[in-house]
Amino acid sequence: MTAPSEPTGAAPTEGSPGMIGKAKDWIDYRMPIFSFMDHELHEYPTPKNLNYWWNFGSLAGIILVIMIATGIVLAMNYTPHVDHAFNSVERIMRDVNYGWLIRYVHMNGASMFFLVVYIHIFRGLYYGSYKPPRELLWWLGIVILLLMMMTAFMGYVLPWGQMSFWGATVITNLFSAIPWVGDAIVTWLWGGFSVDNPTLQRFFSLHYLLPFVIVGVVVLHLWALHTHGSNNPLGIDRKSDKDSIPFHPYYTIKDLYGLGVLLIFYMAIVFFAPNVLGEPDNYIPANPLVTPAHIVPEWYLLPFYAILRSITFDIWFVEAKLLGVIAMFASIFILFLLPWLDFSKVRSARFRPIYKQLFWVFLVDCILLGMVGAHAPNDKVFPGIANFEYVQLGQITTAYYFAHFLILMPLLAKFEPTRPLPESISEPVLGNRAEAGE
Amino acid sequence: MRNIKALLAVSAIALAAGAVTVSSLSAATAPKPKAQDWSFQGLFGTFDRASLQRGFQVYKEVCSGCHGLKHVAYRNLAALGYTEAQVKAFAAEVEVTDGPNDNGEMFTRKARPSDRFKSPFPNEQAARAANNGAYPPDLSVITKARPKGTDYLYALLTTYKEEPPQGMKMPEGMFYNEAFAGQQIAMVPPLAADAVQYQDGTKATVPQMAKDVTTFLAWAAEPELEERKAMGRAVIIFLIVLTAFMYALKRKVWSDLH
Repeated sequence: MTAPSEPTGAAPTEGSPGMIGKAKDWIDYRMPIFSFMDHELHEYPTPKNLNYWWNFGSLAGIILVIMIATGIVLAMNYTPHVDHAFNSVERIMRDVNYGWLIRYVHMNGASMFFLVVYIHIFRGLYYGSYKPPRELLWWLGIVILLLMMMTAFMGYVLPWGQMSFWGATVITNLFSAIPWVGDAIVTWLWGGFSVDNPTLQRFFSLHYLLPFVIVGVVVLHLWALHTHGSNNPLGIDRKSDKDSIPFHPYYTIKDLYGLGVLLIFYMAIVFFAPNVLGEPDNYIPANPLVTPAHIVPEWYLLPFYAILRSITFDIWFVEAKLLGVIAMFASIFILFLLPWLDFSKVRSARFRPIYKQLFWVFLVDCILLGMVGAHAPNDKVFPGIANFEYVQLGQITTAYYFAHFLILMPLLAKFEPTRPLPESISEPVLGNRAEAGE
Repeated sequence: MRNIKALLAVSAIALAAGAVTVSSLSAATAPKPKAQDWSFQGLFGTFDRASLQRGFQVYKEVCSGCHGLKHVAYRNLAALGYTEAQVKAFAAEVEVTDGPNDNGEMFTRKARPSDRFKSPFPNEQAARAANNGAYPPDLSVITKARPKGTDYLYALLTTYKEEPPQGMKMPEGMFYNEAFAGQQIAMVPPLAADAVQYQDGTKATVPQMAKDVTTFLAWAAEPELEERKAMGRAVIIFLIVLTAFMYALKRKVWSDLH
């Protein structure tokens, strides 16, 4: 990018032609916003070998915008009061123009957001995107995930159905496991002595606030990303200009194509099966006197719910309940340590034959945890086998989840024989891809 | 976590002790209902208007004695194919309380199309008092509030048995129903052959009435269904074409690389 030039009186060679061009130059000289946009969105050098798994970051950003846009409209028609919340949602569905569409886009948008972000995270795990110099970028991503979980949980409470109420009760009760001050904290969170109107109102307030906090952290995430640029499927640094292409038009068009594919899937759910991902119980108005048979969170929180419920035993003087809460939070916070647990110099799983296998085992483990979270602890895993219940499967998969990070990753980093890395992105070692089984 | 569940269970039991009832949310899970053919299922599904009108008749003459439909307005009945005059007449059959008037008094008047369906009981306590302690739920979103809601509702209405299986003893005021969780339901079998006389001459068998009223309640729960599916078909076709163009453009833009 050329240095900003003072438009008045300067030689016209550097400036843009025409009235609009002059106005642009005038602004840019005083605040180089157009140079900045050109630098970060247009010429921004990007590895030329990114595959479609690299689409999911921008897709997540677009869904965040969709969620905020639909959410603002919903908030205009929603009433955060225990006597009116459920009814106001039904009014949105029936009487607000296209209210059903806006609500279904928002409701299923949460699922799409998590789906896209989970793929984004697993892509990072596969290609080692958390390794130096991208640790801070990785951390900011985990902060976004935590904020998303809080936002989604509070949003799920707002329709004030049975699952809203009982989900809020179960999750807020987790804090009562904290020794000595737990009960006081829970009362403080509720704004009373049970989940009630003050709880609903503060959840609504925070549900509106947190997405904008997410936007802020996304800006930091992008800042960190643009400092060193994207990782790539080979996991090696770019060595020359030949390894890079400008973001626009190459990745803008690729991202738009990916967006089209995602929207087909997303809109098929919105229009043809809008409630398939939800719990029917949430169309029953909240009733503090009737507990649902199974209290389950939305699918995207099930693996963490499974870890929470897997600790059924006290260790020494620490109660099982507290241990479960610790395990659940640890399952996310352990991701912060990943850049040091996996200190292997090789980023991409393409050149790490054993890690490549273990990545898929870990993915299966996470899916199994999700299944455990969806079942009652005493359900049988296989109809024929009497004493193998979901609680046991949950304990095995929870143990493996932590073992993957705490034992396998450090061991692999130290002992795994890695494949030779290619010289550069544009000139990979001949036959390397075939060798790596790609 | 066990402690939390125990705590929840104990508090729920303690709170519910005052109103010992068998709720539709009892702990036992309902068996999977048999799948039926519905006019409104699939990508091109629409509500069978004749069935909707018959179902409305069943709701009006049978269900509405105990079950409300408070999120639906009388004006919405126009979607069933009724004329404005017919909708006005349906509304006018009902007396609703309005007010206060200029003298500060509540008064009753005939319902207008803009009113929502009047619930049969003023509150949950009155409903329970009149129904042996059981609470007949509002039916506005009932097909969305149960797993496989329409199939479940049809099964519920058609699988009452006069005698419970051997070894099962029914408490006073409870009925055996195969579809209901726990197989004991407080709802008196609502449908008997010829419980209504259909205006279009259709024979009012129990399966026929169950099918019609389920169709009506599916409409009540999702009145936007036809508009939603029609828009969805257009949106998906548009997106497929757009995405195909995007893919072609992507190929074109990237073709000068390598």
